[in-house]
Amino acid sequence: MSDVVEKTLSALPSLLSLDSQAGAGKLSPSSKLGNLIKGITELTSKHEEEKLIKKELASIKEQVASPNTTMRQMKEIMVRAIYCEMLGYQASFSYIHAIKLAQQGSVLEKRVGYLAVSLFLNETDEFLLLLVNTVLKDLQSTNLIEVCMALTVVSQMFPKDMIPAILPVVEEKLTHPKEIIRRKAVLALYKFYLIAPNQVQHIHSKFRKALCDKDPGVMTASLHIYLQLIKENPESYKDLTGSMVTILRQVVGGKLPLDFNYHSVPAPWLQIQLLRILAYLGKEDQGTSEVMYDVLEESLRRAEMNHNITYAILFECVKTIYTVHPKSQLLEKAAECIGNFVLSPKINLKYLGLKALTYVVQQDANLALPHQMTIIECLDHSDVIIKRETLELLFRITNAQNVTVIVEKMLEFLRLTCDDYSTIDLVGKVAELAEKYAPDNVWFIQTMNSVFSLGGDVMQPDIPNNFLRLLAEGVDNVEDRQLRLFAVDSYMSLLQGETAKLPQRFLQVISWVLGEYSYLREEDSDPGSVMRLLARLLDQRHTSTETRSWVLGAMTKLCSSPVSVALARDVCERYSGSLNTVLRQRAQELMILSQDTKLRARVLPAEGRQESLEVDSSLSFLDGYVSEALAAGAAPYKSPHQRQEDLVQEKALSLEPYGLSLPVSLSSCSITDRLTERRSPTLLSMSSGLSGISTELSHQEGRPRLVSRCYFSSPTLKLDGVKRVWGKDGYLAQQQSAGETPTPLVELPSPLLSPQSPPSQTQKPSSGPEPDQEKRQLASSLFVGLGSHNSVCLMGQAEPVPRHFRRKPRGESSSGASEGSSDSSHSSRSAAVDNLLLSNLLESTTVASEGGAATTTTPQQTSQRTLDHTTSNGSPHVEGTEQRVEAGGPLSLIRGNGMVAVVPPTYTQTDPQTQQDLHQAPALERPRDLPLTSHLPAELSGLARSEFTPLCSDQDSSLALSACRVYKEDALVLLIFISNNTDSALHQMALQLTCKELEISCISGSPLKEVKGHSVTVCLHTVVMKRASVQVELAGLLSYQRPLGQPQAAQFSLSLSLKHFLRPLTVSTGDYGKMWLSFSHDLKQNLRLVTTEHQEPLTATLDALKGKLHLHIVDIIGSEGIVACRLLQGPGQGQPCLLHCRVHADSLAVWLRSPVPDLPDSLLYHCQKALTET
Amino acid sequence: MIKAILIFNNHGKPRLIRFYEYFAEDVQQQIIRETFHLVSKRDDNVCNFLEGGSLIGGSDYKLIYRHYATLYFVFCVDSSESELGILDLIQVFVETLDKCFENVCELDLIFHMDKVHFILQEVVMGGMVLETNMNEIVGQVELQNRMEKSEGGFSAAPARAVSAVKNMNLPEMPRNINIGDINIKVPSLSPF
Repeated sequence: MSDVVEKTLSALPSLLSLDSQAGAGKLSPSSKLGNLIKGITELTSKHEEEKLIKKELASIKEQVASPNTTMRQMKEIMVRAIYCEMLGYQASFSYIHAIKLAQQGSVLEKRVGYLAVSLFLNETDEFLLLLVNTVLKDLQSTNLIEVCMALTVVSQMFPKDMIPAILPVVEEKLTHPKEIIRRKAVLALYKFYLIAPNQVQHIHSKFRKALCDKDPGVMTASLHIYLQLIKENPESYKDLTGSMVTILRQVVGGKLPLDFNYHSVPAPWLQIQLLRILAYLGKEDQGTSEVMYDVLEESLRRAEMNHNITYAILFECVKTIYTVHPKSQLLEKAAECIGNFVLSPKINLKYLGLKALTYVVQQDANLALPHQMTIIECLDHSDVIIKRETLELLFRITNAQNVTVIVEKMLEFLRLTCDDYSTIDLVGKVAELAEKYAPDNVWFIQTMNSVFSLGGDVMQPDIPNNFLRLLAEGVDNVEDRQLRLFAVDSYMSLLQGETAKLPQRFLQVISWVLGEYSYLREEDSDPGSVMRLLARLLDQRHTSTETRSWVLGAMTKLCSSPVSVALARDVCERYSGSLNTVLRQRAQELMILSQDTKLRARVLPAEGRQESLEVDSSLSFLDGYVSEALAAGAAPYKSPHQRQEDLVQEKALSLEPYGLSLPVSLSSCSITDRLTERRSPTLLSMSSGLSGISTELSHQEGRPRLVSRCYFSSPTLKLDGVKRVWGKDGYLAQQQSAGETPTPLVELPSPLLSPQSPPSQTQKPSSGPEPDQEKRQLASSLFVGLGSHNSVCLMGQAEPVPRHFRRKPRGESSSGASEGSSDSSHSSRSAAVDNLLLSNLLESTTVASEGGAATTTTPQQTSQRTLDHTTSNGSPHVEGTEQRVEAGGPLSLIRGNGMVAVVPPTYTQTDPQTQQDLHQAPALERPRDLPLTSHLPAELSGLARSEFTPLCSDQDSSLALSACRVYKEDALVLLIFISNNTDSALHQMALQLTCKELEISCISGSPLKEVKGHSVTVCLHTVVMKRASVQVELAGLLSYQRPLGQPQAAQFSLSLSLKHFLRPLTVSTGDYGKMWLSFSHDLKQNLRLVTTEHQEPLTATLDALKGKLHLHIVDIIGSEGIVACRLLQGPGQGQPCLLHCRVHADSLAVWLRSPVPDLPDSLLYHCQKALTET
Repeated sequence: MIKAILIFNNHGKPRLIRFYEYFAEDVQQQIIRETFHLVSKRDDNVCNFLEGGSLIGGSDYKLIYRHYATLYFVFCVDSSESELGILDLIQVFVETLDKCFENVCELDLIFHMDKVHFILQEVVMGGMVLETNMNEIVGQVELQNRMEKSEGGFSAAPARAVSAVKNMNLPEMPRNINIGDINIKVPSLSPF
């Protein structure tokens, strides 16, 4: 093909010259572009191309610099410059000329100028400031094209800080008579929203106007904005559901002008957009979802034509149906659609079908069943993308019974792939599955071996870490020994073979395991054999330095027998002269150990390995040394990032106000508790006084090395002992709970022969070609465990991944079922599923109680938990099972009637008492709050509290729920008001609040049992956050019964943000300094300064933060301020977070530090929000 | 959001590059190379979507591409775009090019890079789909061209040159090569 181009091009010059006669000499610039392109096409090597372009750029440079170049010529030059840039050659000298062209050229030249600018520059480029005035002028131009160009360039890239300058003009364009201008203005504003959301806060009403624009094009453009807004915060836009549904109905019904049709489908892209918006709106919201059922059904029905774009709509429709609150009729149709996709011979549709299936099996694994054969075929598909998607699907339906087959398939794919991305992804998945579902030790170790050899050095580092932790964890019983012993044996045989091909990471794992556990096989073998293998590994050329230090570490642990000692000496001699400091250090240590028998006996006791040991991680024994050194004038320790910071900022961060107390701080014991939170390895290696170890190295080597270090550095470190310490959150004190004690292993029969496969597996879908025996067999092994009577442990997002090697072959199915159900019953996705699960739960309860099998989470435990909840909420008479039935019954009832709608309750209180209150209340209070104020408990009435938030009410507002937060010093008290507005009393009341991230405890005085007619009851709960997070959703369920009525339930949700849990932390500057140094999690960010007339910006900003987030301002010194707060965590506890603020140019540089990982991040978010709101 | 639009030929030579998110120059070139490497390996009978890759930002991103004769049209999008929707948008874009250039071919893209950019600006603006109706797009482009004509005809010259090449019966052309091959045949919406 290129021949043709070349030939054509070779004919060009003559043509161009022909043309130039006609064009009266105007053609010289064009022919230059022609020549350039022709030149490039003729070239054979990259080098020549480079030379040619360099020459070209030189000539362009010369031309642009010449004063005689006209704008018209400049325009052509710019095109050439664009061409060079496209090929990857910098033409930075032309940027300024591009701006000049945009500023000074006529319309057409300006257009090229703008184009060049938008291609050359990025948002942060300073040159762009030169363009602001031009853009402003063009926006105000009367020439439509100029306005269009300006809007286009603005939406492509515009400096964030300059948005205010042009915002009013762009806003104005929303009312422009021309539709195209309005449309572009909407998109430009959307772009502004994306880069600086706070700047366009005030024009949300204008967006609404754009949504209602008479021109459908403008409306379509505004949907971009709404998709984003609704995605971020669906709650605030629920009122738009009706409009969106109406728009979609009109579009689907063909009400739009015919120009909007694409292959006779009305505005397909618009439909797709609307369906996505509906999905966000209807997600987990029954009331909203019900509004859209009809239109979704109509979309599905109308989209049954056979064109690509209708499939796009169908796909979107299916996704929406599965996202919103389920309706069985629609689900059936959607499932059918997915079937059509998967079975389609068109490969793109097959791909999307698999994607959709992957999405829906997370809710109902049985949906994969009808497509078994197709899935099997896809596994062997020639397209890797399809294959990978299929594996993704299989990953989601993996359970304990099919895990071996699925993992085998994944490994097969891994062996063939050479793409890093899929390798990393899949290796992680295999490791996860192996850890979760491994049927036995042998399989587990073998699978992990494959993972390590295939994953090589690209895999996520947490895979080997988790694996090692798993080996080390747990009580030292027979089974753990077996696992370790098997690992040791398997690695021994690997090392005896060819090691050159094993990735370094794998070798490191091997050396660690051998070092720790090879004593397990000591009885029956030559003690030196492991040592010899390690020494051999050490000497091989392909072994990296890092691995060598692991090997040396392992050898250190092993040198107890005379044979090993001799070997160790030999090794030491060679490596004690190594150029690498780490290796040399290791070798020296090993040398000393091998020479000193007494020392050896002390640090490597023959029987002491199993004991749980402890490390004094606070290094308090060094305190004396440190304070001595400090007193002698040594610089205080600075953490690596701190040092880096100092390097970056020349004006080093002044720590003066708290620097004074430093010598004390290190010796004081307040530091010790903080230190335990730290990531220990860096710290230990840094402060244990061992020289020559860069922090970077110890990072790389990860945690396992710590153990070996502790073994031999005991002369210096007062070690009470050693414990395994490479857990992510510091020390792994938590052992597996007694309930999870592994039961003795029973080998599972191979799934291929598994008799457990339900009968439904043998009934193959009738369509499709007659599958051969092999595939049938594969299918039955892959889909074993998926069936209507067998609930499945679904993996992936729905369930937090347990990092435990679960061994529980006994009572497999019953525990699996109960787990699946207890997980999904929280999310209560579908009526059908709920009911199914409910019955499943009951079923498994009976199964379990009959069988008496005590597994990890038995149904009894689940019911016990429910029971606990209810009793704690003050309803002790309800029995566990009964309670569930009650909760289940009304749920489906509500679904049918659509009773629970989130409507603000109307308080129709007729109580004379409250009437009276109304008059006495202070004028500031909102009258609507009043009736409830009187119900505030006396002990809370003096405290700061939030407004009353209506939660939900039922249809006739006979029952209304509202909430109020009271900010107590040591807790957040959540009050739920239950107002009964009918004459009859409510009975069997039970209030249940659930949230994973929160710790909720009920402190109501009297048990909540019934609410009399026309009265209000308050439930008090104290709430604290378990982990810092920006915002959490609290789900509540109130079940009650009216006299003569059915049991009913009302669901509600309430969002609590981090700032409700923050309290000021009053500390002195000195204490602040101490704490600052001991906290390890930190974060830096620049924030906006608040400016007021009569205050310094810093003071104003800090005051704003103090007011909104309950912070304590410790001190303000010059342009710096220090602020502290704590996050409530249980009575008398709190996690501190410190802020160091400093005015830097026009912004506030904030540095947050805390001992808890997520707190700085979440707090920063709220600071940002608080400042943008002011 | 559309993150980038890349057009390159069968040899990986870029013909039009448009990024809607900032990447440094060398990263851009690397993205182009890697994308070409990924796309060119794929047969015509496999699906038009490519996932992940470390290219533009990981698992959330997708490459959606179509191959026309000598050119690959690759759209790099995030998860907020519909795969099939973008696939048809590429078709719309190419059909529009075909209409504007009358039997568009690779040469048109080379010699009228600026024009192609202008057409693209009417389809995708700042990463957002602006217009999907071909007639509208052509209308907008023509509106701008009308002004171009009033400003003087020099820039029409290369267009004339190319169409001359296209319509010419070049005797020196090897017979076995069909000149029609240069054209990016716009199929009337193939069944994928």
